Amino acid sequence: MSGLAEAAASRRAGAAPLPARRAWPRPAAAAARALVSGIGLIALWWLFVWATDQPHFILPSPARVATALVDRWDIILGHAWITLQEILLGLVLGTVLGAAVALLLMAFPPARRWLLPVLLASQAVPVFAIAPLLTLWMGFGMASKIAMATIIIFFPVASAFYDGLRRTEPGWLDLAAAMGAPRRAVLLRIRLPAALPALASGLRVAAAFAPIGAVVGEWVGASAGLGYLMLHANGRSQTDLMFAALFVLAAMALALWFALDALLRAVLPWQPDRISEGETTTP
Amino acid sequence: MDRDRPPSSPGLSLRVPGFAFAGVPVLGGFALELRGGETTALLGPSGSGKSTLLRMVAGLLPAPEGTRIAASDGGPVAGRLAWMAQQDLLLPWLDLIGNVMLGARLRGEAPDRARALRLIEAVGLAGRERARPTELSGGMRQRAALARTLMEDRPFVLMDEPFSAVDAPTRHRLQGLAARLLAGRTVLLVTHEPLEAMRLAHRVLVLRGTPAVPVEVAVPAATPPREAHDVAVLSAQAALLESLAEATAEAA
Repeated sequence: MSGLAEAAASRRAGAAPLPARRAWPRPAAAAARALVSGIGLIALWWLFVWATDQPHFILPSPARVATALVDRWDIILGHAWITLQEILLGLVLGTVLGAAVALLLMAFPPARRWLLPVLLASQAVPVFAIAPLLTLWMGFGMASKIAMATIIIFFPVASAFYDGLRRTEPGWLDLAAAMGAPRRAVLLRIRLPAALPALASGLRVAAAFAPIGAVVGEWVGASAGLGYLMLHANGRSQTDLMFAALFVLAAMALALWFALDALLRAVLPWQPDRISEGETTTP
Repeated sequence: MDRDRPPSSPGLSLRVPGFAFAGVPVLGGFALELRGGETTALLGPSGSGKSTLLRMVAGLLPAPEGTRIAASDGGPVAGRLAWMAQQDLLLPWLDLIGNVMLGARLRGEAPDRARALRLIEAVGLAGRERARPTELSGGMRQRAALARTLMEDRPFVLMDEPFSAVDAPTRHRLQGLAARLLAGRTVLLVTHEPLEAMRLAHRVLVLRGTPAVPVEVAVPAATPPREAHDVAVLSAQAALLESLAEATAEAA
């Protein structure tokens, strides 16, 4: 039964390190630190380009990238808008599907026996390997990219939520049983809300993965989107444009993650770290 | 508050054929009569099976073959009992009143809001109805759990070390409050605290021997809740402590 959990854990461990539990005292201080680090990195980059005298089509200087960003702003923005739509739609679809499957697994034991092995086995197929198939079936438009993002998001959401649904505080279940609660009410009024913080962790992972899915989909075959723009620019040695697109993509991914994190914190005030505080025995 | 108290709760008779855990006998066979409207305290060394017994009565554990749990009025037991655990078990996503009305919500019944408000007032939490459990202290949370237990309005109340997670002065106040509000109900109170048993219980039983069976211990003549500074309560508490120590030595 714990296979799914372990798969999710190893997958999470393999993913990019996420700032899962920040304890920043002041957001302003954190922003200032990030700004200093950013400026420092750009200075290093500039220094490297200047010292090694790189040709601009291999590694453009920050100034060239900034110029490309400003000059080609309208083009980049148009492609970014396409990618953003793919990411958001993939995020919504992947979350809905993942949460629905987790609930299904929890509500119907036969579904657990039949569906769970298939789900686990499906994770052995590298998602990137099926990207060409998706393009073949769904065409060069947004549909194949949304499908890609959906597939990549589905598993972390389903596994995190399913884990959360199973790991309900046993005392709550005892209490509900003693109160004569029907199974359905236990699932919907106890297990489901108790699992929302777990679903939120799944969503944070999903938000980090979604841009990967969309961009990989665009690389395989697309006529628009930041991934397409980057590939196109790379083919024409417009490395500055490629870097500019990359920056916009990274900024979009970061903004998405922080927006989602803020939203989840606002709607789920009972995060696990707060529950443990509440369990203190002092009156 | 009087209308919240059942005029007379039925008694509860238990007959347990013995219970083994992982092949080791925990509880011996015994019969036990809980008199209606009285509080019976059950004590015993750790691992003596007192919580197991309580959970069996509550229907949270499958009872072994031959177990008989019956109400003295011939009615059913299931659906007529309320459960209060050591942890407050308040749901963090519900506010205080939502937690107090949880039982009705889970069963799909319309909750009696006016009664919930009265009970919240009775446990001294008036004005905190909208507070989340995280905003309440440990003592307040346990009082909220008591209000939730009373909200169930059941003749049988099973309590599993309900006040052991709070500090001594808070526990002292909670015991007085619980005794007052639970009066008239048939209560089975599992505790490890001799003073709690002597203050609250009409009858006190200690699980002794291997496998353990309940053995009755003398209680002071006064009706509970008894005063903690009553000399009779203190000496009964000391006697109970000795009995518990012996039980622990037997079990070791």
